[in-house]
Amino acid sequence: MVDPATRQSDVPENGHVSVSRADQLGGDPTTMVPCSTDPQAAEALTNDPLTIAGRTLRSRLLLGTGGFPSLELLAESIRASGSELVTVALRRVDPTARGSLLDVLEREGVELLPNTAGCFTARDAVLTAKLAREAFATDWIKLEVIGDEDMLLPDAPELLMAAELLVDDGFVVLPYTTDDPVLARRLVDVGCAAVLPLGAPIGSGMGIRNPYNISLIREAVDVPVVLDAGVGTASDAALAMELGCDAVMVASAVSRAQDPVAMAMAMRGAVQAGRLARGAGRIPRRTYATASSPHEGVADFS
Amino acid sequence: MIYLNGDPHDDIGEQTVARLLALLELEPDARGIAVAVDGEVVPRTGWSTFAIPDGARVEVLTAMQGG
Repeated sequence: MVDPATRQSDVPENGHVSVSRADQLGGDPTTMVPCSTDPQAAEALTNDPLTIAGRTLRSRLLLGTGGFPSLELLAESIRASGSELVTVALRRVDPTARGSLLDVLEREGVELLPNTAGCFTARDAVLTAKLAREAFATDWIKLEVIGDEDMLLPDAPELLMAAELLVDDGFVVLPYTTDDPVLARRLVDVGCAAVLPLGAPIGSGMGIRNPYNISLIREAVDVPVVLDAGVGTASDAALAMELGCDAVMVASAVSRAQDPVAMAMAMRGAVQAGRLARGAGRIPRRTYATASSPHEGVADFS
Repeated sequence: MIYLNGDPHDDIGEQTVARLLALLELEPDARGIAVAVDGEVVPRTGWSTFAIPDGARVEVLTAMQGG
């Protein structure tokens, strides 16, 4: 474990929590990214698959389908992102709806991850998950149980209750959760296949407000950690991966960007870069400079 | 009458889920459709036999962009 004194020194007075190399490397060795100087190995490293509940994904970027101005832009963004798993919501049939979301997703060859967005109780979330299983013939569910309309933050007791009920019913449960390592552990204890902690409130684009907690979650659980919500731009996604997350989920950051397709491409690169950097082992932060050019042999012009 | 997706429909009486979906011009084997009656899932296998009672609250749901 990391010396607490070391951690203390990594927290500047402005309150911005930085994560030192020691923090990054302090986790479970099994979650460490292997590193090599062989460029081909590096290439392989950025393409190393993610496995959740036995399903292998080559892309570590999950894409939400919400907020895209058109199905065409959604399709293009999916291709640009390289994502293989995309979320959908379950809503009342709209007889006037034009074009089929499912047709588009099938054409793009991506797998569906239905969510329980809009549910405020465990009861509603469980019912929605069961309906999603009927509708999409998948037992995977991105579990969202919201506790506040304005903040869209998870309701921890209801979330945990719903997770337990759904796991018992045979679901592969991926819970959207707070950045609380203890709650993450409780969710894994009841059988969740991954945890999806938030970086900041949904759609806020505020990035990762508490990177220290995201690192702690990575240390606390032995299932994949997917940073979900809060990502505003590519550097947020890269930071998530540098903190040890196994994947990143983005929706608004791409769909509401001025150019969603370009942002989808940026996110793809950011996730790969962050993963690679995590494995490379960053240098420690220092208060003072450390010269990279040798002192020896400096000319004397006096 | 039934409540369909929140709205009262006096013209829709007791009938099976399958017939209701036909009224909505949804294919009986439509992908991405799920039905709940009075807060309970009606599995696809029961659509042709499950009788929706008078006054029931029926939710017919499908995939929307989200998440």
